[in-house]
Formats: sequence, structure tokens, C-alpha cells
Amino acid sequence: MDTALGAPPLFAVDEITKTFRSRQSLWDRLRGQPLPIVRALNGVTLEVARGETLGIVGESGCGKSTLARCLVRLYDVDEGRIRFEGGDVSTLKGQARRQFNRRVQMIFQDPFGSLNPRMTVGQILGEALRVHRMRPAAEIALRMQELLDLVRLPPDSLDRRPHAFSGGQRQRIGIARALALEPDCLVADELVSALDVSVQAQVVNLLLDLQSQLDLTILFVAHDLRLVRHISHRVAVMYLGQVVEVAPAEALFSNPRHPYTRSLLQAVPSLDPTQRRAQAAVLGELPSPLAIPSGCAFHPRCPHAIDRCRQERPRLRRGQGSGEAACHLADSLPAWRNEAPA
Amino acid sequence: MSAGALPFEPAKATPTRRRKLALPGALIAGLLILAFSLTLAFFPSLFAPFDPLKFDYKAILKPPSLAHPFGTDNFGRDMLSRTIHAYTLDMQIAFFATIVPMLAGTAIGTIVGYYGGLLETLFGRLVDGVITFPFIVLVIAIVAVLGPGLANMYVAIGLVGWVFYARLVAGEMKVQKRLDYADAGRVMGYGDMRIAFRHLLPNAVSPALVYWMTDMALCILLGTSLGYLGLGAQPPAAEWGVLIAGGKNFFTTAWWISIFPGIAIVLTGLGFSLLGNGLAELMKVKR
Amino acid sequence: MSTLLSVSGLTTRLLTPAGLLAAVEDVDFTLDERDSLGLVGESGSGKSVTMRSLLRLLPQRAEVEGSVRWRGRELVGLPENALRALRGREIAMIFQEPMSALNPVLRIGLQIEESLKVHTDLDRAGRRARAVELLALTGIPTPERRLDDFPHQFSGGMRQRAMIAIALAASPALLLADEPTTALDVTIQDQILHLLARLRREMGMAMILVTHDLAVVAESCERVAVMYAGRIVERGTVRQVFAAPRHPYTLGLLRSVPDGDRPRQKLRSIEGTPPGLGNRTRGCAFQPRCGFATAQCATDRPPLADIAPGHAAACWQAGRLTDLSREAA
Repeated sequence: MDTALGAPPLFAVDEITKTFRSRQSLWDRLRGQPLPIVRALNGVTLEVARGETLGIVGESGCGKSTLARCLVRLYDVDEGRIRFEGGDVSTLKGQARRQFNRRVQMIFQDPFGSLNPRMTVGQILGEALRVHRMRPAAEIALRMQELLDLVRLPPDSLDRRPHAFSGGQRQRIGIARALALEPDCLVADELVSALDVSVQAQVVNLLLDLQSQLDLTILFVAHDLRLVRHISHRVAVMYLGQVVEVAPAEALFSNPRHPYTRSLLQAVPSLDPTQRRAQAAVLGELPSPLAIPSGCAFHPRCPHAIDRCRQERPRLRRGQGSGEAACHLADSLPAWRNEAPA
Repeated sequence: MSAGALPFEPAKATPTRRRKLALPGALIAGLLILAFSLTLAFFPSLFAPFDPLKFDYKAILKPPSLAHPFGTDNFGRDMLSRTIHAYTLDMQIAFFATIVPMLAGTAIGTIVGYYGGLLETLFGRLVDGVITFPFIVLVIAIVAVLGPGLANMYVAIGLVGWVFYARLVAGEMKVQKRLDYADAGRVMGYGDMRIAFRHLLPNAVSPALVYWMTDMALCILLGTSLGYLGLGAQPPAAEWGVLIAGGKNFFTTAWWISIFPGIAIVLTGLGFSLLGNGLAELMKVKR
Repeated sequence: MSTLLSVSGLTTRLLTPAGLLAAVEDVDFTLDERDSLGLVGESGSGKSVTMRSLLRLLPQRAEVEGSVRWRGRELVGLPENALRALRGREIAMIFQEPMSALNPVLRIGLQIEESLKVHTDLDRAGRRARAVELLALTGIPTPERRLDDFPHQFSGGMRQRAMIAIALAASPALLLADEPTTALDVTIQDQILHLLARLRREMGMAMILVTHDLAVVAESCERVAVMYAGRIVERGTVRQVFAAPRHPYTLGLLRSVPDGDRPRQKLRSIEGTPPGLGNRTRGCAFQPRCGFATAQCATDRPPLADIAPGHAAACWQAGRLTDLSREAA
């Protein structure tokens, strides 16, 4: 997917930060300790082109879900700017925010918590159509059937409540609810991570179909690299509140340029029992987002770190290849072979 | 890629067995007792053998007999008729003393729980202030200022009672607010009031409804206590508290004057409590 | 190598609101010393119940039938206190959520020492020294200092390491691991799997690993048993099963994992959902979702039969599956 067609990107995220105040014990407060601050997003810059699927991967605490929630305006950003079709949406309020949300929708991770247990599928979909006046009252029933059909739920689903459906089917209801508003962009936060493998595939296939059918832009936030690789045109890798590498999916997986991306790819267990590695891919724990290391946040775990990495934070920049990486050594790392050492 | 690249059967909804609507036993028992109470409350004259206010100087302080199953009081009034007629007044007290605090408290609790922040802090202080004093002491104090009588008793209970509903609803709203469907509502572009009252409240209200049932029973007790103290319903009206108070001087010689209204109170209170438990069971939502 | 554990005809019924229902039916497998077996399946397949049935660590009222022989000794029907003597000493267990298995108000060191006190004859100083050794063995840096920490001061990966340290206290011959890495991030999962592999090598321990992730089994076990609707549908060495699956369910599972070779292709999904506990059919339980099903599959349940030495599948088409799937593709 080429973004250089002259059209502005659908989303342009510029250096956004988001912090949360953490809880503090009474004892620490009495001792005058500063309030612990969780830096969830630490200067994220990203562009999303119309019609593409951008995968966002990372481990827990990397800020991928926070980013998703900032993009759909569930959270306000602290600093930086989010532009949608060139217009600043980072401070939208009230009616303007609701209009923005009609065009940018979200699908949630939890198939149990994201649907109101007391509303039938018909009520859930009907409300969306009515509140945003998507269809005249007379056509709502027809449109609801179309939506069910679109997400391949049985036509008699309208009178049932969420508890009558399986996890995969509930995620379809969530997708239908989002599609009721005919959005341009879907933000899917860990859409299938609560589902069994065989059901995951059904939902992922549905999402691929819908994208080509409806010309959607999709942000696919997930921790499963295999899945993200499978579904995305481009992939952004996040670590401790920053994007450390972003590249077309093929390039990122065939020639990752950031050491963290490399560790992540190596750490994924292989389906081939003959490809076992003798050593763990990366040592050390994930640092707490309460105390992000100086310089490059990955330096304490990085096998290539030099002094500069401890002091100076690397910026995302182009280099060899088609993507961008935030690593001082991106162009001088040894060539990548994702094979098990003998 | 095209939509028909692979055979793609529509998923089938998991078949749910049509389960018979199994009502909790407590609910049925509660409903039966309450139906009995309401029937007596609306049509006391159909069941009461005598006029509850009519003196009969030929039958003063008669013990229970076939003619007067609950006996008579010191004015010869038939205690069965008075106990039955008291249903009208006491059921009124149960309903009118609680309906306003229930509705107002639920609405306030919804707003407080949904918005949180400063509103919640202020509300927390108010709750702290109110629960420092026993409920009945506050009510008695307010009635003492406003003057005795039923209407003032409703006002007094209402001024204090809403706090308990609001606290229950606000707490439950805070739990619901954190669930994804609340965020989903916001992303769907719904207004705050729609999310708070249409989406969250139905999932947050059941503890308050259950408490309402208990509260009605408590209010009957409170009403009878105030009636007994002379601050609520006024004699000669037939009200259980008034009846019991009327019998207190004769308790050692004519126990039936106080006992039968007492049994009616216990029975009605039991009905409300059973109904509350049954409702709690019924409203448990499937996830 | 001698047989450590042999399970045959294991059937476990759990008490549900709908009565006693079989969560595990007629499960057979054996485990040699130092061997490792991965039990794979989706939620509700009975993989966890199978493992917990071995030591009767079942959450609700349950009936266990069949035979579980540990070093030749029958465990089914053994009184609770005899089983308790085995648990932790010869057979140890680790769980998905270390936080719920560790006691939040006791220091990590104390919890390890407690396990040592129960299972070994070491004195107080010996236990302390051994606890430090165990923490070091599981890769916890500065173990002397971490002994005095509480579980909440550990990260998820560290807690899993601490739980493994407790499990290793008595040098068990078999480790039962129930989704030990499911709650962990991928780089931490990788570390824990490598840790388990190293410990097994060094301590000569056998392992049964329960997981929903085929790749985790491929990475860390020698043999695999795939479960569906309470039964083992395929069993063999990981090389046999992953190279040439002989049950359509295994095949479907392997295919629904995105392989990453061809991006933005449809995944080959298995349509439908697994049957619930209550409504299992007379024939093959997978038949309604199976692309290769014949009339026979609906009426007769295929037995788990050997196809090659050490490789068994419960499918009427097992012999022809490789050809059939090639034709379909």
C-alpha cells in the first residue's frame, strides 16, 4: 500500500503522549514521594493511509491499547496531535466528537463485557441506526437483516440476548454494531485474542472480507505476531509507549531492523518441531512503564546496545529498506536470518 | 481476494434450550403474601365483619371468640376489622414513603456514579454525614420540627431515605462504567444521558430495587413506630402502630389488642423481604 | 526407559447444573521417565480436566473412572491422604495464574521453604540455602534478596519462575503444567519454555503440558495428544503429528494458525463451534464440523487406532487424510 498518492493520510498521529496517575500508598504519600506516573504513550508518531490495514503489535504495557483508545477519542491525549483527514480531532467534544465517532469505530476485546447483557441484538443494532438516523424508521428492520447477513449471523438473532451466543458470535455482533454506522475506519483492539484458535480464523476471515467489500481502513491491535502479519498491509511495533519500527508487513517480517522486533519474532514459538532454538530469544523482564529506561527504552535487554543507546533516544527514521526504525544501529546490525541456530 | 474463495457457511447460533421460566420460590411466596396484603388494603370492607371505628360498649375487651376472632378493644371495636382496615393505611405508608426516595435516589446515584469526580467526593461526604445518625433518629428529629402527621412523616423519610438508594446505585454504576460496553456506547457516539440511563442503569439498578422491597418493610415498621410514638398516623385511624399503642396499657389483661396487629406487621414485612430476595434471584443477568 | 505413568479408560464426570456430565471420556496414554507430553485442545476439550483427574485435583464434585497407574500403583480409588503424599513430592503442578497459586501475604522464600519442609528432611539453614538455589535455578537474579519479597513485588514472569521453584522443591519425577505461559507475554513465554526445557534436562523430570497453543507444544514437548470434546483424537510424536496430521481436527487447527508465508490470505478456519458438555453425539464428535465426513462418521465413533508405530488417530479416514486434504487444496 503506497501512501504517496498525494492524498493526506486518513490518520496522522503526531508525537502523542498519554500518562496515567498510578495509585500510591498512604505511607508513600506521607513520606512525600512523588505520585507514580505510568507513561502509557511516550511520543507516538504514526500515519494510517485510507484503505490499508495497519497492524499494531507489542507486549503488555507497550501502549497499543491506549493508542487505540486515544484514536477513537475514548481517552484525551496529554500532548501531541491526532489529525483525521487533515483536521485536528484531539480535542473534539460533544456533537463534533459524536460525528467523528460515526466515521471511526471500535471493536472491543472482551466478547462478554462489550455487549450490554440486557439488550437484544435487535435493540443493540436498532439503537445505533436510530440515534445516528442512518435509515428512515421504515427501513431499519431491513437494514438490521443486512447487517446480520454481512457478519454472517443467523437471521433469527435479533431477538436474542448476548448470552445466547458463543464468543466468536458475540464478536460478530460487536462488528455489526460498528458497521451499522457505516464507518470509514475500524479500530479492532485484540479482536480475537479471547477466542479459540479455530474460531479466531473465522473472525479474521470475516474482517478480511469486510475490508474488501466495504473499503474499510482497519487498525488491527494485537499481541499475536503471526496474526498481525497475516492480516496487515503495514505493521507498527510498539515497546514501552513508543513505535520502534513501522514497515510494510512483508519487509518487517522478512527483514526486521529493530533489535526488539527481531527478539519478538524469534520468541514466537514455531509450529515446526525441528526448528527449536537452544536459547531464549531475549533475556530480561519487561521494564515497568512506571520507570522507563533512559535513552532507547530497549537498551537494557538489547544485545547490541552501545553507550549512545543509554543516553540518546533514537527517533523513527528511514534507512535501507522500505520502513522506519527507531534504532541508532538499524543500518549496521548483522543480517537477519530467522532460523534456529544449529 | 473474493468473498467466495472458500466455502463459508454462516455460523449457527448456539441452540438454547427454551427453558421454562422458573420463578424463584421466594418470589412466589412473597408475591402471594403481598397479593393477600394488597387485596385487604384495597377492599377492607369486603373482609372486615364490623366497622373499624364503631364503638360497642356491650363488647369491651372481649377475648377472641367466634363473633370477634381477634377480640375487641377497650371501646368494643372489633380488632379483626381494625387490623384489616389498617392494611390500607400501612400499605400506603410502605409505598408513598419509599417511592420518592427510591426514584430520586436512583436518578441522583446514576448521575453521581456515571460522572464521578468532584460530584462523587461531595456525595461521599453527604453520605458520611447522614449515616452517622441512626435513620430513625433523623426522621424523628425532622418530624418533630415539621409537626406530627402522615404527610410530614413522608417528607421526613424522603429527605433522608434517598441517600441509601443513591449510594447503592452510584456504587454499582461505577462497576458498570468500567466495562467495555460503556466505552462501546461512547464510541458509538451516544450521549452521556443515554449511556447512563439506558445502558448502564438497567444493569446497575437491581440492588436498589431489592433494597426498595426491604425498605418498604422497614418503612412499615418505622410508620408503626412513629404511630406508636404519636408522631405518625393519628388515632382513631386504624394503623398497626396506633393499634399496638392503644393496647399497651392492657397488655397483661387483653394481649389480643396488640398481638394481632403485630402478627400482621411481621407477615407483611416477611412478604416484602421474600419478594426482595426473589427479585434479586430473578434479575441475575446471564453473561 | 521405564513407564512412569499409564492412563487407560480415564473417564471423568463433573457435576453441572444439568447433572453429572462426562468432561473426559475413555482417555488412554502412557508417559515414560523423562518424557514430555503436550495435551492440546480448545476450551472445553477436557485437556485440563484430564490432567487434574490424575491427582484428583478437581474443582467440583466429580467422578473419576478408569485406571491411572503411577509407577505401577493404581491411583484411581486411592484415599485422599495417600494422594496427598504423592502431590508435590513425586508429582508437582504449576498453573496458568501464579498469582492465585501463590499466597499473597507470605514472602516468596517462606513459601519455598514450606514446600521443602513438607517434602525434604533439610534443617532450617539447609532449607534456606536450598531455596536460594532453587530461585537461582529458575533464573531469578539476586535470589538472596528476592527471598524476602512478596508475590505482588514480582512481575508475571518472575511469579511463574517462583512457582516453578516451589514445584521443584521435592525434585518431582513428573511436572504437570497447566497453561503455564498463557498469561505471559511472548518474550517471557519464550524464556519460561526454555527454562522448563533446561530444568527437565538437568533434573531428569517428565512433564505433561496442557495448552491451547500448538506452537508451544511443538516448541517444548516430545509427544503430543490432541483432544476434542473430551476424547483424544490424535496422539503421536510431535514430528509425526505436525508433519502429517492424521485427524481432520488436528489438520484444521494447524491450518487455522496463520503461517505467515502468504500474507492477507484467508485463514482456513474450522466452521462451527465445539459441542458443549451436554450434547455430544453418537458418532464422531467432530463430524458436524468435518470436511471429510462420511455417513459412517455420524453413526459410529472411530476408535483411536494406530496408523504408524507410536502414531494413532481416531478417524475413519485417517489412512487417506493426507491424500484427501491434498485433493481439497
